[in-house]
This record gives sequence, structure tokens and C-alpha cells, in this order.
Amino acid sequence: MPDKHLSSQFDADLNSLSSRLLEMGGLVESQISTAMRAFTQMDLETCNVVIQNEKLVNDLEIQIDLACTEVIARRQPTARDLRLVMAVSKAITNLERAGDEAERVAKRTKRLIESGAPHNINVAEIRLSGQMAISLLRRSLDAFARLDTIAAAAVVEEDRQIDEEFRAFVRKLISYMMEDPHTITTGLDMLTIAKAIERIGDHAKNIAEFVIYIAKGADVRHIPHEDLVREANK
Amino acid sequence: MMANMKTMFDLNQIDSQGGSVNVATNGQPIAAKNAIEVRDLNFFYGSFQGLKNINLDIEEGKVTAFIGPSGCGKSTLLRTLNRMYDLYPGQRAEGEINFYGQNILESGQDLNLLRSRIGMVFQKPTPFPMSIYENIAFGVRLYENLSRSEMDERVEWALNKAALWNESKDKLNQSGLSLSGGQQQRLCIARGVAVKPSVILLDEPTSALDPISTGKIEELINELKHEYTIAIVTHNMQQAARVSDYTAYMYLGSLIEYGKTDEIFIKPQRKETEDYITGRFG
Repeated sequence: MPDKHLSSQFDADLNSLSSRLLEMGGLVESQISTAMRAFTQMDLETCNVVIQNEKLVNDLEIQIDLACTEVIARRQPTARDLRLVMAVSKAITNLERAGDEAERVAKRTKRLIESGAPHNINVAEIRLSGQMAISLLRRSLDAFARLDTIAAAAVVEEDRQIDEEFRAFVRKLISYMMEDPHTITTGLDMLTIAKAIERIGDHAKNIAEFVIYIAKGADVRHIPHEDLVREANK
Repeated sequence: MMANMKTMFDLNQIDSQGGSVNVATNGQPIAAKNAIEVRDLNFFYGSFQGLKNINLDIEEGKVTAFIGPSGCGKSTLLRTLNRMYDLYPGQRAEGEINFYGQNILESGQDLNLLRSRIGMVFQKPTPFPMSIYENIAFGVRLYENLSRSEMDERVEWALNKAALWNESKDKLNQSGLSLSGGQQQRLCIARGVAVKPSVILLDEPTSALDPISTGKIEELINELKHEYTIAIVTHNMQQAARVSDYTAYMYLGSLIEYGKTDEIFIKPQRKETEDYITGRFG
């Protein structure tokens, strides 16, 4: 927001909402990275770190939601201020759910480790889409910080690649499980992990869509990608 | 008297005519009937130009709010709509204000009749120093010759319309000045409604009232719009957001943006509008 309100406290309140959202985003990003490291290294201790830290994400969601409610009650924001508050409130819900998905990855990884079942499933797609999801979330938060609608549109576009990686992995998993039914239990845990990562990409995409809503006032959810790009470029 | 009134100023018949297509500045066509169409309106206080080339349609049966900083011309615009400015020498309007197709700026208008069709309520409650009953009957008598029982009915009807009947029915003979500020303002609205206008102009009607009285007036506006066209000037932007269907933002005598209230308050088209309604105006 380049220009200031007559009330500097209003500016401070809105800036605080944005910076706390970015703080929460940073925490969730770190949770996902840690969960992916736990998965790649099959490390029990790292899984536990993610599971313990999940509470911090939940606490931040509650705090920021309260701050949004307070701004509405005290300031009755309008126009882009209103759009910002609404978008922050929704974006933190997405962040919290992305945090839940990181926890899900950690819990399933923990179960895989504890079951000790050997498997020969190639998890290259999961690792790759995990990296992509982290990058996507980071870029959606960057776009939010700068209200960069072009970058936001690119995040939405890239989420499709994560979806494609997920579908590729599911196809491969089905072949593994058909060839060797012993891999089914492990395979289902892998499927849950892959799905969690795919969902993280969706949450990053949602946040990117909110960036376009704040900056341009256009609701670009559930519209064709070409229309979204057009709104982002307006 | 009523028949005579119609021939003088044939507004009741004009009421039933079709309207033109209203186009808000955001380009969305709004198929609706307009009570008032302002065209190329300029207004002068002596040599000072208070309104600059205003074009605006006020839709029938809706609430249109005028917002903007002090001195932007919103009250001036409201006062042109029933030629209230005519009371002051040196003030003049150019252009057209079509009230159901009739340009009220043309000479030869019966201004008293015009003001009975386009009533006005002011910022400060202005009850006459007479009884509550007489406050309402006074204006009605100027235009209509009613029997005592008909007048009683009209007073009750008007007080009911203004949501004041229950509070005042047992003290109709008490002075209008004995009422609270909020009640006085509703009495003024009842007085305006009593002559059965088609448009009611409200010039900051709640700026002198407490939140409860303000709430009652806002509720009243919501009730009245089913039967009347309402234009309201308000300094309180949240009030504009709460009560109006359309909002016009004015600045330095010009109409900057006009559109549906939801759009103005969520996604205004003009940066000046956004700066003002978000409190960035400095």
C-alpha cells in the first residue's frame, strides 16, 4: 500500500496483518521442508519436530484471524483495505491447511518408518513435487508481499505441473501394487503423502488467487486460466 | 384542489410513464426507471461555480447516496433537485434536471408544488413551533382540502410511515419541540411524507443524532424506499454503505464516480474514490 491513511494506526494494523501472514507463511514453508526432509531421509526424529510444531501454526491462525476481526470491528475497512482483510483471513486458512498437510506427510512417514516394511517403490515424483510445492508456496507469499499479480498468475499456472506429477505417481503406484500386493499398505501411505503435497500446491495457488483479488478486485477463483491471466495483467 | 394541482404540474401522470436506461459510470447498464435525470448541470454561487457539468440518474424506488469531503458540492446538488437554492439571490443553475421527464429548471415552475413532490429533510431537525399534529397538518393544508377525519387519518398515516406513531399518538397536541432530537427528525420526515411526495431528499439527516436514533432513521429509509425515491447526503460513509443502493462520490464540484453501492465500497473504479472511502484522503 503506497499511500497512507489519515489514521497511522490503521496503516499499522493493516501492515501488521500482512507481515504476520508472511510470518505464518514462513513457518508453514519450513514445516513442509522439514516434513519432506523427514520423508527423504526416513528420519523419525525429524517427523516428530514437524508434528510438535504444528501447534504453532494453529496458534498463528487463531491470532491473525482475531486481528482481522478487530480491524473490521474498529475500522470498517472498505475497497482494497476490505479486500486485503478478507484475503488475509482466507489465506491463513489455506496456510493452516497446508500446515496440516505437512503434518500428514510427517505422520505417514513416521508410520512407514515404524512399520519397517521394505519397499521398492520409486518416489522420485513425490520428492520432485515436494520441492515444487515449497517453491510455489514461497512464490505465492512473495507475490502477496509485493502484490505482484503477474507472479501470482504464474503460481496458478505452475500448480498444474504438481497436479500432473501427482497423477503420474498414482499411475506408477497402481502398477507397483498390481505387480506385488505386498506393497499395498506401503503404497497407500505413499499415496496419502503424494496427495498431501498435491494439496499444498492447491493452497499455494489459492493464496496466489487472493493476491489478484486484493490488487485488482477481481475474484479469479474457478475461472478459466486465460481469464485469470487477463485479470492479472489489467 | 387535487385535480387543479395535476393540471398545473402533471406529475402524478408522469409517474406512470416509462423511464430511460440508466448508465452508471462503471459502464454497467441498469435497466430501470429514473425519477430524476440530471444533465450537464452547472451551479453558481455568484461567480463561484459550485457544481461542474453533473450528469446523473436517480433511479425510482432506490436510495442514492452522495458522499464526498466538505465543500464538494453534494449538498448543493441535493438543493438543486427541488430548487431550494431559489430562496437565495445570486445562486443559479444551468442545464437540465428532468423530474419524470419535466425539466424543473425551466422558468414558470410552481416551486411550492415542486417541493411537495420532492420533499426535503435537513441536517438539524426543524419542527415548527406548534403541536405534533399541526406540524404535519400544516403542509397538507397547503395542497389539499381534507375533512377533519381525513386529516386525522393523514396525520396518523404519516406518523406511522415515519415510525413515530406509537411514541406520539398520546401527545399529538404537545409541541413538536417537546420531542427528542431523533423523534423531531422523524417528525420532519413524517411532515415531508404527509404531502405524499415521490422523492425525498435527506441532507445529512442523522448527523445530529445518537446511534440509536440514527439506526431508527436508517431503518425508516429502508422502509420508505419501497414507496419513495430517496436521495441522501451523508458525511458518514458507513451510513451510505448501509442504506443506499447507489453511491455518488463528488469532489470539488464534480461527480467523480457513480455506481452501485456494493461496487463503490468493494471495488471502486477511480483511485480518488478509493482514497476517499478508505480514509486516505488528505
